[in-house]
Amino acid sequence: MSNQSNFIAAALILAVALHAGVVGAEGTGLPAAVRAPERLSETGLYRDISNGTIAPRNLSFEPQYPLWTDGADKARWIRLPDGATIDVRNTDGWVFPVGTKLWKEFAFGGKKVETRMLWRARADQWVFASYVWNDAQDEAYLAPEVGIRNHAEIGGGARYSIPSQAECRSCHESGGTPVLGFNALQLSDERDLLAPHQKPLKATSLTISRLERFGLLYPRRPDLVENPPRIEARSPRERAVLGYLSANCGSCHNSRGPLAGLGLFLQHEIGLSSMGVDPALATSVDVAGQFVVPGTSRDGSRRVAPGAPQASALVYRMSSRRPSSQMPPLGTGVVDAKAVELIRAWIAEDLGAK
Amino acid sequence: MRNRIALFSIFVVMAAFSLFGEARNQKERVERGKYLVSTMGCNDCHTPLTMGANGPEPDMSRMLTGHPESLVMPPPPSLPEGPWSTVVAATNTAWAGPWGVSFTANLTPDPETGLGNWTEKQFIDTMRTGRHLGIGRPILPPMPYFMIGAAHDDEIKAIFAYLKSLPPVKNKVPQPIEPVAAK
Ligand code: HEC
Ligand code: HEC
Ligand code: HEC
Repeated sequence: MSNQSNFIAAALILAVALHAGVVGAEGTGLPAAVRAPERLSETGLYRDISNGTIAPRNLSFEPQYPLWTDGADKARWIRLPDGATIDVRNTDGWVFPVGTKLWKEFAFGGKKVETRMLWRARADQWVFASYVWNDAQDEAYLAPEVGIRNHAEIGGGARYSIPSQAECRSCHESGGTPVLGFNALQLSDERDLLAPHQKPLKATSLTISRLERFGLLYPRRPDLVENPPRIEARSPRERAVLGYLSANCGSCHNSRGPLAGLGLFLQHEIGLSSMGVDPALATSVDVAGQFVVPGTSRDGSRRVAPGAPQASALVYRMSSRRPSSQMPPLGTGVVDAKAVELIRAWIAEDLGAK
Repeated sequence: MRNRIALFSIFVVMAAFSLFGEARNQKERVERGKYLVSTMGCNDCHTPLTMGANGPEPDMSRMLTGHPESLVMPPPPSLPEGPWSTVVAATNTAWAGPWGVSFTANLTPDPETGLGNWTEKQFIDTMRTGRHLGIGRPILPPMPYFMIGAAHDDEIKAIFAYLKSLPPVKNKVPQPIEPVAAK
């Protein structure tokens, strides 16, 4: 065959392949997605699950602004691969090394109900898994992908549901980074003492200064130790409100995810807080939303109506557990009364006074 | 030199072919979506009915625009105990039942009141999860999201492509009303 026909043949094959969408098509030649193990004991969280001993290399942490999950008592751990560090060049978007695992355990009345796991199994895949505890409390099994509705009684007539994979992803993949409680603000050494449901740090809990001391951050960030991240606000109460909204609502209500078009930005970014009005305040205080609080006029209803909690959509929707109006829309069946009280007081007193 | 020219012209021809193919695919997709929307019955609920000479007929001048903003519904009548559970507006666009009152959505691509700002992914996620945009509140009856969600990705994408190709119509559908009995 002549050189020329070789060329033409090659060009034709390439062009036909391009045309047919074979070259660069999605999903070709990629290994199948990694699956979570069937049992919690196989994930490496426990050294001995039968007596509840956590493997010593898993480090515990307590985010200062916890997510409300119907009053569950929570414990959390992280495991980094040996010698690996967290890339913290972007203060608001930490990047975890491949192999990182994070766990969160949920208990009601001293009984373990569920343990959730986030695992960066590959550079391009985070595995989400939920394990459901047995009655003997010596093993937990992988929950079905669709979750388990009304799984357990938790007192007061309420029942606890295990979220579906799609629900995990709604909260964990609607912002910049899938890890929500292990970041600069949540692990700051200067804790917000008014934060609802915050648990005191244990001697072993990871904070930024410990991460820095253990050399787990890349690059080193002595600045985050000297100036611990905190939300700048006009009052301590406002600080706690902004922190609560960031953790409990900001995973969906932010400027990067699928809800960006709604224009309600409750996620706090340390990098932005030094510049002018906090986005959470700018997009809520005295701003009319799409949702109109029942019983108020379209003109009277506000996302946050200064001085008027009863005309504030935020309060209305946080106080609801009816499916068509509750906020958050999933992952909870019981109102967070303490947080509603905090936000009411902020709207009535802090914002009403001016 | 002649080699390169031959090679180059083949590329140009194939690239043009490819682009043309894209446009043709898009057109076929919209056509397919139109077929699916009309046979899957979206108009039944999303196009208001009016009373015509032959009984109730869809008002195609308001095709797929959902419950008319101008039609403010009075509170639904309460039904006696028994197997009758649902009341429907004459337009077929407002439905009162144990879930409260739901109003059918504006499916035209108006950015403020319709699907204009929706992405294809949000549309698919909505039909698959039964939640608004895939992450919000559960979608109320009688919207048959589970039947639509049982279709193949390609078909749901075709439906979306067709809806996006409609002329945008501004019609703000009310938010659902919650059942009175619920707390
Ligand atoms: C309603 C939103 C929501 C849902 C649904 C949800 N999470 Fe989370 N999750 C959060 C938030 C916010 C945090 C951080 C605050 C905290 O831990 O209290 C978190 C923390 C975690 C952590 C600890 C690591 C981290 O990101 O801080 C794990 C592990 C986790 N979630 C796994 C899951 C899995 C698996 C599911 C589904 C079975 C799930 N989550 C469902 C919001 C959610
Ligand atoms: C899992 C995702 C998710 C989480 C978490 C979440 N929301 Fe929402 N929220 C939505 C979606 C989707 C909408 C838009 C549709 C609607 O109004 O139901 C919404 C709408 C709203 C609205 C109406 C905005 C407007 O302009 O109409 C308010 C107010 C609100 N949410 C408050 C909150 C508060 C407060 C929290 C935390 C306590 C929260 N949300 C947590 C998904 C979420
Ligand atoms: C039996 C009546 C009925 C049929 C048939 C129907 N819908 Fe709906 N649809 C509704 C109702 C009622 C709502 C409002 C539900 C709500 O507010 O939760 C709705 C809402 C929607 C929404 C908005 C969902 C959201 O998250 O806001 C979309 C999109 C939609 N329908 C698309 C379709 C398509 C496409 C078809 C045909 C393939 C279809 N519907 C057929 C009754 C119907």
